[in-house]
Amino acid sequence: MATATVDHATAFDAAVAADERIEPRDWMPDAYRATLVRQIAQHAHSEIIGMQPEANWITRAPSLRRKAILIAKVQDEAGHGLYLYSAAETLGTSRDELLDKLHTGRQKYSSIFNYPTLTWADVGAIGWLVDGAAITNQVPLCRCSYGPYARAMVRICKEESFHQRQGYESLLALSRGTPAQHAMAQDAVDRWWWPSLMMFGPPDDASAHSAQSMAWKIKRHSNDDLRQRFVDICVPQAESLGLTLPDPDLVWNESRGHHDFGPIDWTEFQQVLKGNGPCNEQRITQRRTAHDEGAWVREAAAAHAAKHRSSTSNGSDSSGSGSGSTSQGEESA
Amino acid sequence: MTAPATKPQAAPAALALADDALVLAQRLGEWAGHAPVLEEDVALANIALDLLGQARVLYTLLGDEDELAYLREERAFRNAQLVEQPNGDFAHTIARQLYFSTYHHLLHTQLATTPAPDAATEDTTAPDIRALAAKAAKETAYHREHAELWTLRLGDGTPESHHRMQRAIDTLWRYTGELFQDLDGLQLDLHTLESNWHTAITDTLTQATLTVPESPRTSAWTAGAGRQGLHTETFGRMLAEMQHLHRSHPGASW
Repeated sequence: MATATVDHATAFDAAVAADERIEPRDWMPDAYRATLVRQIAQHAHSEIIGMQPEANWITRAPSLRRKAILIAKVQDEAGHGLYLYSAAETLGTSRDELLDKLHTGRQKYSSIFNYPTLTWADVGAIGWLVDGAAITNQVPLCRCSYGPYARAMVRICKEESFHQRQGYESLLALSRGTPAQHAMAQDAVDRWWWPSLMMFGPPDDASAHSAQSMAWKIKRHSNDDLRQRFVDICVPQAESLGLTLPDPDLVWNESRGHHDFGPIDWTEFQQVLKGNGPCNEQRITQRRTAHDEGAWVREAAAAHAAKHRSSTSNGSDSSGSGSGSTSQGEESA
Repeated sequence: MTAPATKPQAAPAALALADDALVLAQRLGEWAGHAPVLEEDVALANIALDLLGQARVLYTLLGDEDELAYLREERAFRNAQLVEQPNGDFAHTIARQLYFSTYHHLLHTQLATTPAPDAATEDTTAPDIRALAAKAAKETAYHREHAELWTLRLGDGTPESHHRMQRAIDTLWRYTGELFQDLDGLQLDLHTLESNWHTAITDTLTQATLTVPESPRTSAWTAGAGRQGLHTETFGRMLAEMQHLHRSHPGASW
């Protein structure tokens, strides 16, 4: 038994070292499994909770084109949540179990979604900065050692990049618009910049899971490296947007070949993580309410399916959405 | 005073159909992040997007889409009262979808498959509406199937879901008669439309173990009211929310 485990462990380590993909039926260390469940679930929860700050503006979007783009985006986020719950399920958990952990606060979601969307420009700022940070984080995950997660990330990153460009384009329209629109855009960037930098997680010397995740090739780059990469990408983009970033210490450092930037308020970050951010309570309450108020619908679907499984031979009924719809999405003009 | 294509006046049908689609899309958009299962967040958003797409094509036939959507007041909207009804619980949303998407699918199928009876009797925009109908018929077939499947699940699910579904079916019934009146400028076989609708709804409700309401499908107030710009009280509030930002920045582009 001990020998078998050692053999398994050796094979696992060799596969990871050779950049091979670990698949659901492969042996894997318990801690590797647990880390992946935690990370994928948190990622899925972030997609689901992340619908709220943007959906907040669907009914108020200022043009029909922007409304269509926003609905398509929020729809994509629900879809990403579904991919990710499926990926997590390959590790032996279930969506119901994960949602329950979200609803009871035993699993987290990205701290960024605890900030409110106060103006229309926030929707653009989220697209540009929040999706931009997410992409910087997620592109390396397309090469993650766990196959189902890596494959989900390939699909997700394509759609996220599209959203990010749309967010940028929306901010650009505001920045070049009336003085009131420009001010609205600047205010949004001022509020979303620092929380976006926090999306990369705590600094490397305070990151609990980093070393092991990197050894397992779940993670490819450190938090601080990714954060630096993001800052370097954003500075010229902000310039071409005609907007400033709210950091007096932000300056190009010739010797490092990177931008230096000011200190992050880690106290705020910890407070938001602990549940004391501006919208933590509201986000989780809405999520729980949707789930609780939908219970009778899910029960009905299950009861209907059960009746028709027993009364028809091939019980083809399934709950959930219809299929085969063609979402026209939105052209990015 | 050369008169170019005076579209808006010539196409009340396009306006009515566009307003139906926009207003229902707006209601469905309210569901985002609130649905009973994630699959329904996807499906309802998907249907909203289809409808919004249809509305935009129709408005563009008539003028500037945003001007038409954001700068008209309540009394200028021509949507049927059915589509402006609040979402209520999931059963109400599904009953509204069942009634409307069945009508919408039958309407577009008819427009897409029957040639205009006499081109001279139709307005200039009517051929464009018929062209849109071919695409809309496919989308509305999906919307209809989605609503029918949920009607079956809820009607023939648990006692609670049955009760809620029947209540929703009964509550919204009075808004369905309005769907079968002339759309100015568009030749339609309304008799066939109405009778096919009634048959389809009766079949679905029966299969879902639900009762077809016996009350009249119109009341003095709802008969034709929405198409004349007479709406229910919640509609003004819905428009206030939808239009507020656009109206706060006159002339801005987004």
